[in-house]
Amino acid sequence: MKELLIILISSSIVNNVILSQFLGLCPFFGVSKKVETAAGMGGAVVFVITIASFVTGLLYNFILVPTGFEYLQTIVFILVIAALVQFVEMFLKKNVPSLYQALGVYLPLITTNCAVLGVALKNVSNGYNILQGVINGFATAVGFTIAIVIMAGIREKIEYNDIPTPFKGSAIVLVTAGLMAIAFFGFSGVI
Amino acid sequence: MNKNVERLYNGIIKENPTFVLMLGMCPTLAVTTSAINGLGMGLSTTVVLTLSNIIISALRNIIPDRVRMPAFIVVVASFVTIVQFLVQGFVPSLYSALGIYIPLIVVNCIILGRAESYASKNPVLPSLFDGLGMGLGFTMSLTVIGLVRELLGAGQMFGAQVLPIADASTGTIGYTPITIFILAPGAFFVLAILVAVMNVVRKNAEDKGKPLAAPSGCLAGDCSSCAAASHCSGHSVDKKGEAE
Repeated sequence: MKELLIILISSSIVNNVILSQFLGLCPFFGVSKKVETAAGMGGAVVFVITIASFVTGLLYNFILVPTGFEYLQTIVFILVIAALVQFVEMFLKKNVPSLYQALGVYLPLITTNCAVLGVALKNVSNGYNILQGVINGFATAVGFTIAIVIMAGIREKIEYNDIPTPFKGSAIVLVTAGLMAIAFFGFSGVI
Repeated sequence: MNKNVERLYNGIIKENPTFVLMLGMCPTLAVTTSAINGLGMGLSTTVVLTLSNIIISALRNIIPDRVRMPAFIVVVASFVTIVQFLVQGFVPSLYSALGIYIPLIVVNCIILGRAESYASKNPVLPSLFDGLGMGLGFTMSLTVIGLVRELLGAGQMFGAQVLPIADASTGTIGYTPITIFILAPGAFFVLAILVAVMNVVRKNAEDKGKPLAAPSGCLAGDCSSCAAASHCSGHSVDKKGEAE
């Protein structure tokens, strides 16, 4: 139990997926203009990464390890994740229309593949079992949501500021991300 | 041969993937803590990019259009796996420094982008040089960014101490490293300054009537412009489903 709690806190806050691992930067810069859309994106990422960690965990432990094909993990994971995102979208559209309404627009934007694949590979390299892997995936995605929502809140305010011309656009967002990363260093003493 | 030289020039200077096109920012930020890491990551990517360009170009008339993205991914992922084991076997120190960023070369925008926009439409030899040029451009950029971060953050270049470190206890006069530059925030700051400088360069080039190639990565605020986005979001699979 204590171990799971440590994974939860370390993956969501201390080793934040964006601010210290640099995974999933694409949606972080692309979908962080408004708090509302950022939160929606965060929700979709939590959903997909949690499911993906579970499925890749099952595949790795029950198919790749027994057959001795561990070295195929990168190929298998990327294909499974691509198909999975598609499948989740179709499933939600048909069976849970209310959730699809809320998350549907963001699912095609899960270019976070970087983060999804990253979590799956991390689970393997850290030797997590399936439960630990799912917790790690969930926590990583929560960390993503925290970072993107804070960033969106700041960006809404930045709109009204007087920024030097060369820094307009993505440069000022990068500076903001850097300052956020410094702030998140404060958590490194937690664990 | 002229065309091949042109592809090399195009990749290294004219459409440099990092500085001009602003692609592949995940590895750019993550592994440039030192020049050596940047160089290692760049060369690994170059190998994958060149080999996958060759194979994809050779198979371009065989792969059906509908399943091209999954097919490209299998090719790229195979080479990434090979490179991963080679690095692990022959340069273990680099392997432990780069960690999961080596397998993550699979999702690097540059590789699928070149496969989609060049290798799948052109013969083998130009595709080889295209991959080589883009890869070397990427390597050069990562090494330069790594050099800057290493110099500011540790006073070193390729691991050698070039700036003597100040020591208050002995009264030695020297450089006090700005450690933050080799930590995560430094990556964001260096890239921010790079983007700002490129904005100025871009503006000047436009004023002179010689505009640079437009940035097309995530930093341009448009994920869909990245060729890999169509895969990442599963659109290729989606189109296949609709067509059937």
